[in-house]
Amino acid sequence: MTITKYKVYFAWDYEKEEAWLNEMSNKGYQLVHVGIFKYVFEIDHSKRYIYRLELLDQLPSHPSSVDYMKFLEETGVECVSTILRWAYFRKEAGENGFELYSDIESRIKHYKRIQLLFIAVTPVNVMSIINMGNIYSRTHSLSALIATILVVIIVLMLATGLYRISMQIAKLSHDKLFRE
Amino acid sequence: MGDSKERIILTEAVYYILLSLFEPLHGYGIMQNAQMLSHGRVNLAAGTLYGALNTLMEKGYINALNGETNSRKKEYVITTLGKDAVSQEVERLRELIKNGEEILRRNER
Repeated sequence: MTITKYKVYFAWDYEKEEAWLNEMSNKGYQLVHVGIFKYVFEIDHSKRYIYRLELLDQLPSHPSSVDYMKFLEETGVECVSTILRWAYFRKEAGENGFELYSDIESRIKHYKRIQLLFIAVTPVNVMSIINMGNIYSRTHSLSALIATILVVIIVLMLATGLYRISMQIAKLSHDKLFRE
Repeated sequence: MGDSKERIILTEAVYYILLSLFEPLHGYGIMQNAQMLSHGRVNLAAGTLYGALNTLMEKGYINALNGETNSRKKEYVITTLGKDAVSQEVERLRELIKNGEEILRRNER
């Protein structure tokens, strides 16, 4: 039996998303599919998984991602679902836990990948603000105003996400000065 | 830059990966071996291991043994260059231990 839940998580909060999925698994809800803001769980109280999210370097169908996911599979890690470049991995909870990275450098690299994603979409959004603002100033239409405000909100959220990720990178880089 | 012989300090993960590959081994085997050698202390995560293996291949420290079929797990093995890096690292670690022990002993009194 499956159950579907709708929830909004932003890319910079992916660790909170992981925590939620792990909590769900504890309760017997095992994630089996991910859509846009949509999570499909299978009800199974006999198992307990640890879920981890990763922003892949390339799309899941790209040979390098295929190679990577095959490698993970060989170590007992299952790819449950992918959405765009995000992959949802899981492994049955055992004594060693389950992490994708065991060193600081790889964690920094992953954060930087997410950071780059934000930076890449920022110009598009800034352009939209300018365009929407222009339309509003010419037409004074309410829908143009709402659209402008919406894009401004998105840009502000992106900026917050970018700031948080940058802080994480700075913290890890600092840690790296005296430990691996 | 100017040094003809580059001094490389290996990370703990890389050190244990290289030690594991004196005999051909696949990814999961490396994880288990590192754990066994370190009595459970070193837990190589799969993502970190994958990245390290690719870097080591680029550097020529290890080679991938091409399994004829896709069904078999990919195995890796250390090269002469990799073995040199390990013996250099052992020398470096010996120096670290010697200095550490000496200073600790001197301060025990």
